[in-house]
Amino acid sequence: MSSTSIPAGQISTLHAIRNKAPLFLAILFGATLYASVCNLYVPQGSVFYVSTYTITLLGKYLCYALLALSVDVIWGYCGILSLGHGAFFALGGYGMGMYLMRQIGDRGVYGNPELPDFMVFLNWPELPWYWAAFDQFWFSALMILFVPGSLAFVFGWLAFRSRVTGVYLAIMTQALTYALMLAFFRNEMGFGGNNGLTDFKDILGYNLQADNTRVVLFLLTALALALAYVASELIMNSKFGRVIIGIRDAEDRLRFLGYRTDLYKVALFVYSALLAGIAGALYVPQVGIINPGEFSPLNSIEIVIWVAIGGRGTLYGAVIGALIVNYAKTKFTAILPEVWLFALGALFVAVTIFLPNGLVGLFKRRSQGKLS
Amino acid sequence: MTMSKRGVATDSQNAPEANKAAGMKHNLREAFRRDRVWPWLIDEPQPEINVAHQYILYVESLTLSFDGFKALNDLNLYIRDGELRCLIGANGAGKTTLMDVITGKTRPDVGTVYFGQTIDLLGRSEADIAQLGIGRKFQKPSVFEAQSVFANLELAMQANKRLLPTLLARLSGEQIDRIDEILGIIGLREQGRMLAGALSHGQKQWLEIGMLLVANPRLLLIDEPVAGMTAQEAEHTAELLKTLAGDHTVVVVEHDMEFVRSIAQTVTVLHQGSVLAEGSMAEVQNNQDVIEVYLGEEQ
Repeated sequence: MSSTSIPAGQISTLHAIRNKAPLFLAILFGATLYASVCNLYVPQGSVFYVSTYTITLLGKYLCYALLALSVDVIWGYCGILSLGHGAFFALGGYGMGMYLMRQIGDRGVYGNPELPDFMVFLNWPELPWYWAAFDQFWFSALMILFVPGSLAFVFGWLAFRSRVTGVYLAIMTQALTYALMLAFFRNEMGFGGNNGLTDFKDILGYNLQADNTRVVLFLLTALALALAYVASELIMNSKFGRVIIGIRDAEDRLRFLGYRTDLYKVALFVYSALLAGIAGALYVPQVGIINPGEFSPLNSIEIVIWVAIGGRGTLYGAVIGALIVNYAKTKFTAILPEVWLFALGALFVAVTIFLPNGLVGLFKRRSQGKLS
Repeated sequence: MTMSKRGVATDSQNAPEANKAAGMKHNLREAFRRDRVWPWLIDEPQPEINVAHQYILYVESLTLSFDGFKALNDLNLYIRDGELRCLIGANGAGKTTLMDVITGKTRPDVGTVYFGQTIDLLGRSEADIAQLGIGRKFQKPSVFEAQSVFANLELAMQANKRLLPTLLARLSGEQIDRIDEILGIIGLREQGRMLAGALSHGQKQWLEIGMLLVANPRLLLIDEPVAGMTAQEAEHTAELLKTLAGDHTVVVVEHDMEFVRSIAQTVTVLHQGSVLAEGSMAEVQNNQDVIEVYLGEEQ
């Protein structure tokens, strides 16, 4: 906060002040590689051994971290409170789930080489048309991006052009994810209804239960998180990002400066939905199931809570929030499952009142205090 | 066209098919000609602002009512290219509403607004109108508080404001110099790195004026520029606005009569949504109607 004069040459570096990527990547890759090596090359009896269960759990946390990142991009930077990001996550997950279902082949309970088990159970004569190409990985990968992306585009186009903001938008996103949940619960939709998609065997020919596959999936999740982090930081440090922050703080002003803010919001919303979709796609093979519960409005609210607890508008805050809350959830639900929701609620209230900038704000305040 | 002609000319059944395929191939080749640029990649040239008749803004028979209250009532206003015009009037006279209509924030019930002789402003979006070269300064200083003073000016700067160019934008040396120059003019060079939210009220006013300068619009609409400024700062602002007129057209809404007196060439008095009087400050002050409804209250 010093008001010293800036030499003309230094002005161009003014914006490169929030570059936290190197530290973030170092910690992320350090930790994931360490865990991977300890799983694959350390004997089981050793104290340094990391179990495959832990690897999968960590992989799940990283998927949540990516999901939190996607919400932070849209909420923390652009001020759009989406309480429906679970929908994009779940759609990405279903895309991957459909691919994995087709890979089961005749190894299902009913041994039907064409139809997934739930279709045989429902006496469906043939594969619905929209399942046809999901035996191809490239097509599934495309759909994992295309479906959440186009839903976000249509929703964003309608909402942002009509200038729906704030609470109204949040409620609409809740309705969106709720409607999708009801739809996916129906057996006629052809996505496994209530039970969802599960009992996966392998991915691209690799056994999903094998330690090696698990470690690779875990590392791929870390890579996806790292790429998303770097991309998001680049976007937010660009002029585009400054427009986005401007939209959060004074959208009218930007319009009168000649920016089509609705288009900026649509673009960012689609980007965010793509990240959420990728997170969902990486989540499903590691967890082994996707069901309509993922669309539950509560899930989407939880994501926002992770971001709020970690600290919004910093990217790393969202990641830290997702990791801490989910670790706490794992521990808590093992000991006192009934108390978890109360604990989460209390944590949220406490953070909102005492740490408006989240846990990350705590560090920031401390380091600033040291400087001055 | 050539495709269908060829199809008619031949008798054989396969020929139209073959021609169709050839036509498609031809179209495809045309679409990817290396000496052409796809139309949607070309920046549309901004429509020319026609000021052949020396007027830059034509506001005619503008009427707008909110729930029966006529905020604007058959208002006519013509602004010369390059002039410095002051709009005065009591609260509710329709000054800010008029600005809202010109900048596309509000749609009138009746009336027309032309920028130059040819560009119809009604029905255009705020962003569109801003791109045409109409800048606006709000009554309440409205800056991007969470960003540096420098970034505020960068955002306001004249540039291609579409998504992709903005994502890839890099400030050139000249642009940095320009921003630095503006920082000098508005006296915030020392505060360039500070967050705009940390500025004083008067400094925010200045920053907003700086944002207008860096955007370099043809027509500036300025709502109460000296509210919250000291006498000295107001004097400085008056000087600046006077230097702007000429190259730019400046329309100022202001309550501070002393300030209006110091800058005004032509003054327009609004009253209950329409123009009550127009002329030099002296003329307006001696106008009987004006004395009754507006100045009379002060004297």
